[in-house]
Amino acid sequence: MRKHKKLLLLMTLILAFSSVLAACGANNNNESANNGDAGKPKDQVFRMNLASEPPTLDPGLSQDNTSNTIINAVFEGLVRKGEDGTELPGVAESWDISEDGLKYVFHLRQDAKWSNGDPVTANDFEYAWKRVLDPNLTPASPYTYQLYYIKNAEAYNGGDIKDASEVGVKATDDYTLEVTLENPTPYFLSLMSFQTYFPVHSSIEGNPQWATKPDTLIGNGPFKVSQMVKGQKIELVKNDQYWDTESIKLEKVEMSIVNSAATELASYRNNELDYAGHPTGNIPTDQLNAVKNELGDQLEIKGIATTYYYVFNTTEEPFNNVNIRKAFSMAIDRNAIVEKITQGGQLPAFGFVPPGIKGENDEYRNEVSDAYFEDNLEEAKKLLEQGMSEEGYTTLPEVTIIHNSDDNHKRIALAIADMWKNNLGANVKVQNQEWGVFLKNRDDLNYQVARSGWGADYNDPMSFIDMWVSNSGNNDAGFNNEEYDQLVRGAYTTNDNAERMELMAQAEKILVEENQVIMPIYYYSSVSLIKPWVKNLHIDYKGDIDFTRAYIE
Amino acid sequence: MLRYVASKFFYMLVSLFILISATFFLMKAIPGDPFMGEKKPSPEILARLMEQYDLDKPVFQQYTKYLSNIIQGDFGLSMKHQGQYVTDIIVETFGPSLRLGLIAIIVSVVIGVLLGMLAALYHRKLIDNVAMVLSVLGIAVPSFVLASLLQYVLAEKAGLFNVMGFNGPLDYVLPVMALSAQPIAFIARLTRSNMLEVLHSDYIKTAKAKGLSWFAIMFRHVIRNGIMPVITYVGPMTANIITGSVVIEQIFGIGGIGKQFVESITNRDYTVIMGITIFYGILLMLARFITDIAYMFVDPRIKLTSRKEG
Repeated sequence: MRKHKKLLLLMTLILAFSSVLAACGANNNNESANNGDAGKPKDQVFRMNLASEPPTLDPGLSQDNTSNTIINAVFEGLVRKGEDGTELPGVAESWDISEDGLKYVFHLRQDAKWSNGDPVTANDFEYAWKRVLDPNLTPASPYTYQLYYIKNAEAYNGGDIKDASEVGVKATDDYTLEVTLENPTPYFLSLMSFQTYFPVHSSIEGNPQWATKPDTLIGNGPFKVSQMVKGQKIELVKNDQYWDTESIKLEKVEMSIVNSAATELASYRNNELDYAGHPTGNIPTDQLNAVKNELGDQLEIKGIATTYYYVFNTTEEPFNNVNIRKAFSMAIDRNAIVEKITQGGQLPAFGFVPPGIKGENDEYRNEVSDAYFEDNLEEAKKLLEQGMSEEGYTTLPEVTIIHNSDDNHKRIALAIADMWKNNLGANVKVQNQEWGVFLKNRDDLNYQVARSGWGADYNDPMSFIDMWVSNSGNNDAGFNNEEYDQLVRGAYTTNDNAERMELMAQAEKILVEENQVIMPIYYYSSVSLIKPWVKNLHIDYKGDIDFTRAYIE
Repeated sequence: MLRYVASKFFYMLVSLFILISATFFLMKAIPGDPFMGEKKPSPEILARLMEQYDLDKPVFQQYTKYLSNIIQGDFGLSMKHQGQYVTDIIVETFGPSLRLGLIAIIVSVVIGVLLGMLAALYHRKLIDNVAMVLSVLGIAVPSFVLASLLQYVLAEKAGLFNVMGFNGPLDYVLPVMALSAQPIAFIARLTRSNMLEVLHSDYIKTAKAKGLSWFAIMFRHVIRNGIMPVITYVGPMTANIITGSVVIEQIFGIGGIGKQFVESITNRDYTVIMGITIFYGILLMLARFITDIAYMFVDPRIKLTSRKEG
């Protein structure tokens, strides 16, 4: 009996050890992570992570960062974004802009090809744009309005014009595209590198699934999708048909899909990723200090054109009073927030338009200072007193900050609540809400103060300014100002860029300085880790990553 | 037997109907829609999207339409992931969860039962104590803690495995370890206590007195009787594990159905939420059904027909 028991014990032990040994036997090549070239990929392969699965790879339908990261590599517009934000020739070799800024003629290169070898023609652009504008497109594109700069585009999409040929885009021959605009739009050229303006291959007609399968996903960009595993990975390979294929060094781009920031960082450390962090992933804030110490030379921090702010519900007590809004905005210590909490090189914000956005000749923020107000406790107390007497308060009503569930938002909200409590004697509660619930409450004006963030769609202050007009769907403050609306309308229609900037600056002043509808907190930064062997990788003004011309060295 | 299966099947359909109805209305009660985001589409586009997906209709109308669709086997398109059919999403993401889950179950049962048997045979000895301390740890440590720990120690520090990914056989090791720790611990304890009970029962003493060989006693009597409660546990556990662990799938970057399910809720991807719920419902009901049948074979005292009446 005893002997048999021993036999059983032995069997168990063998089983247990063999599994451990089996594990040890293999795959020992990714040891010793962070020194030198160990762990460097052997070929021209670039590995990065996507925190979420791209909802679509159809350029006409896409509206999120993750999808755009891939779409920007798989498709190419008439122009493409240079590293310094200038427009470089893409599918268009050259272009002419009329004197009044209303007419653009693009001359397309004749060697641009689709990934299946077909030539890319002006008709493909006309087809793609009209497809997005077609009121019967199913599903409708959330970014349809990005095409409303084109003459009659909005009317056609809204059903007021039935005839698609009245829309201001026409392929006059295979390699010439004529575009007529509704209003002079100085940033229209830069929109040509925006995904809604990308061409699509006409073979997609009638196949709603075209963008979900590598073999029907025909693109004209430097890469093509070779593999998609749902919820797990996406792989791109170099597209040999691309006209500028000589500048493309990477053979393959591997994208994992993991939404755990801790896993992303661990994989980066373990040399399973060459890139971690913004814009498609995240470096966990609580590990940022450790990362700075350990991997400081691989850490890249760059300001991007996104603003983190709190929005006041101007229809709800006590923030229906402008002086109280001002008092609350002045009573926080923005430096402490960016230095002690976010720690990623963010800049304290006092305006709504972030740095990095082009102004008339320089950056808008350099031309128009954001000194609309400052962190000033004395002034804040005075304004609070004034506001309270205007409203007839003896004590301040309780204030609740809402934010969507996220560690970083939570830390900031708690700090701000604390500052308001200590500095103004306000009774502040912090409430985190699930994403959808949060958005719904903010949208329905069912809140007092809410966290918000806004990033650029295109490189112009208008991308920020026009969201606060009275009828904007994104105006979640209940802010309704006739003068503001007029300034924005003026900026839309004027042909004089200097005047346009001036009108937008006035609008921003009304929004922040005079009415304090929002409480800017900081301008975002992109925080990412890049392995030393990855060269020529760029993060642009709004934080988009461009790996198309990168290489491994 | 046939009657039993038929009635069971009928009740399954009823439960499924209740499940579908409850989920549908609860899901619609959550604020939000599939098109929400920090940047909202313009009101006209939003209205058009709502219309295209029938979300502008009264909820009850949406409900009846959905029911008639699924009766025809049409689970619809995802509202978030453009152009993807719900059935395709389920098939694609269930594969990894199933493979991972089955391996984890086999590992749990084999190691758990062996560990439990050893503990029982060496009752109150060192092996018993070690096994029981391990099993307390296994039950107490949450899987996400264990998962991160495994990643740190075995992948980052020892360099034996990849931190994430799901490509080669080696990529299964860490998730399987993280997934099976708790079941192993539970099964070990369950086996141990039952084995102890059986070992001290009269028929074992009789068998020993008859001079039966150790193996005969163990395999014919002890294991067969000692393993009974494990079967009860393994049924629901199987369903639990193969439906995908969100935490494990997120931490190890596995494109499984658990992760998909949670994402669909965050995205208010109504068709996917419903599809996966129904799929889960069927899976769980089947698992219970099979457990019942398996019980009948292992324990002849259980008569399924009589249970129905009772």
